[in-house]
Amino acid sequence: MATASEITTRHGQLEEAGSMPAIVVEKLFKSFGSQKVLNGISLSVGRGETLAVLGRSGTGKSVLLRIVIGLEKPDAGSVCIHGTDIAGLALDQLGDTRKKMGFLFQHAALYDSLTVAENVAFPLEHHRREMSQSQKNERVKQLLSEVGMDGHLEKMPSDISGGMQKRVGLARALALEPDILLLDEPTAGLDPISSGEINELVLKLQQEHQMASIVVTHDLHSAKTIATRLALLDKGNVVIEGNFEDLQQSHIEFVQEFLKQS
Amino acid sequence: MSSDGFSSVAGTSAPHSGRQPSLVSSVFEPVAKLVVGFFEWFGSLGIFSWQVMRAAVTPPFEWRELIRQMDEVGSKSLPLVAMAGGAIGAVLSMEARSSLSRFGAKSMQPSVIVYTVVLEMGPIITALVVSGRVGAGIGAELASMKVTEQIDAIEASAINPYRLLAATRIMACILMLPLLTLAADACGVFMGWVTQTLVAPVSLRQFINSGFSGATFNNFVPPTFKTAVFGLIVGLIACFQGMRTRGGAEGVGRAATNSVVLSSLFVILADVVLVKFILVFFP
Repeated sequence: MATASEITTRHGQLEEAGSMPAIVVEKLFKSFGSQKVLNGISLSVGRGETLAVLGRSGTGKSVLLRIVIGLEKPDAGSVCIHGTDIAGLALDQLGDTRKKMGFLFQHAALYDSLTVAENVAFPLEHHRREMSQSQKNERVKQLLSEVGMDGHLEKMPSDISGGMQKRVGLARALALEPDILLLDEPTAGLDPISSGEINELVLKLQQEHQMASIVVTHDLHSAKTIATRLALLDKGNVVIEGNFEDLQQSHIEFVQEFLKQS
Repeated sequence: MSSDGFSSVAGTSAPHSGRQPSLVSSVFEPVAKLVVGFFEWFGSLGIFSWQVMRAAVTPPFEWRELIRQMDEVGSKSLPLVAMAGGAIGAVLSMEARSSLSRFGAKSMQPSVIVYTVVLEMGPIITALVVSGRVGAGIGAELASMKVTEQIDAIEASAINPYRLLAATRIMACILMLPLLTLAADACGVFMGWVTQTLVAPVSLRQFINSGFSGATFNNFVPPTFKTAVFGLIVGLIACFQGMRTRGGAEGVGRAATNSVVLSSLFVILADVVLVKFILVFFP
């Protein structure tokens, strides 16, 4: 199994080849009322790269992810997905960009009136109408098999555990073969064994699909396992960005405190 | 209804510490908050309506979801609406008999029952029953989806939630209310006949002929189709309340309650306007 550093090497090779980063966020500002959540954040993620965004609770990590997928509009700044600035686009204009992105919500956000198989098939039913029903069924089985949920097709979301819901959510996020994967706290609320399984699954999917990924987490162990780069947020700013060794060698007090408490 | 932004509208500032609020501001402040909240609510509803309308008329259309919602609104409300219509017909028959006897006009009882049920009681009772059953259901369902991020997940999957969730439900309400009203009318007239026959036997044929004698298009068709407007009100308010929910389980409960209360209120107010409209344009 390739380690995160081997994936970094592959990304370095891609940068040398001159490919544009898949996600470029520049000088992003976002406030809710008087509360400033993002204060001029800039970062970029290339193909095959996983950026873990770390920070304390309430520092705007999930808001950043929601802005990247277009569920929130920034007050200022740009969000470029494959070179297209989506920050000012309306709902109907975001469709084509969103089809290239997969999003795993913190609590999976499965549709509770649909079965596991129907949840995964949902994007295919709307965006792959040229596929026959048997092709869609085959694709659903393949996706659920990839995440280890192929024995639970007819179950309802309420009948499966939180970890299993996350797996189904991941399968649904991959249904349209996205170039970009966004994961909001993928191990939140899970026991250590389930968290480890999710980390391994994300790493395996990254190797196979070579997507540009942003993972929002406060779990440093998870970030170390699956990310090629880490960015630590505090008070709406990126305090430090680099690999885990860069964080360990940093003299910034907040970084040291964060590592000490993790 | 939400209310905020009072100070920017009313131009007042927070009281200084140690100074008691005046009688004028303690009366004026809640009233101003209410007025602001009233206009904010209607403004948000207007924006929501525009987004739904745009989504409803642009492809791809969600035909499968529309048919599913028509089944949910129509066929699953039918037993309740039929029972309510039947009960109204029976009550009207009993009340009309005793009132008309006083004026020696018992022979007019079939006409009174038919005209009352079809012109007014059938449509309004159908709309209020559907508002309670369907309005609460839609409000709670969409509110639950909102607080569990399912609506965000739909949007993140590049599917327009206004088209998939709101437009289909509102269209289903608009299409099904007139049909449900016809069912309520039929049950009301039938039970009106049954109730009368128990006291003074008359054939159903005679009852119908007598009840509908002199009836014209203007008497019956416009009042039935005004229920399409009621359907629009019920569907729109329920979807609006559901999709803007905040606050977890409490928010879901509030959305369901507000859906019923507000849609019932607006149906009754709209009825006043629509009856006048029908009397003017379909005399």
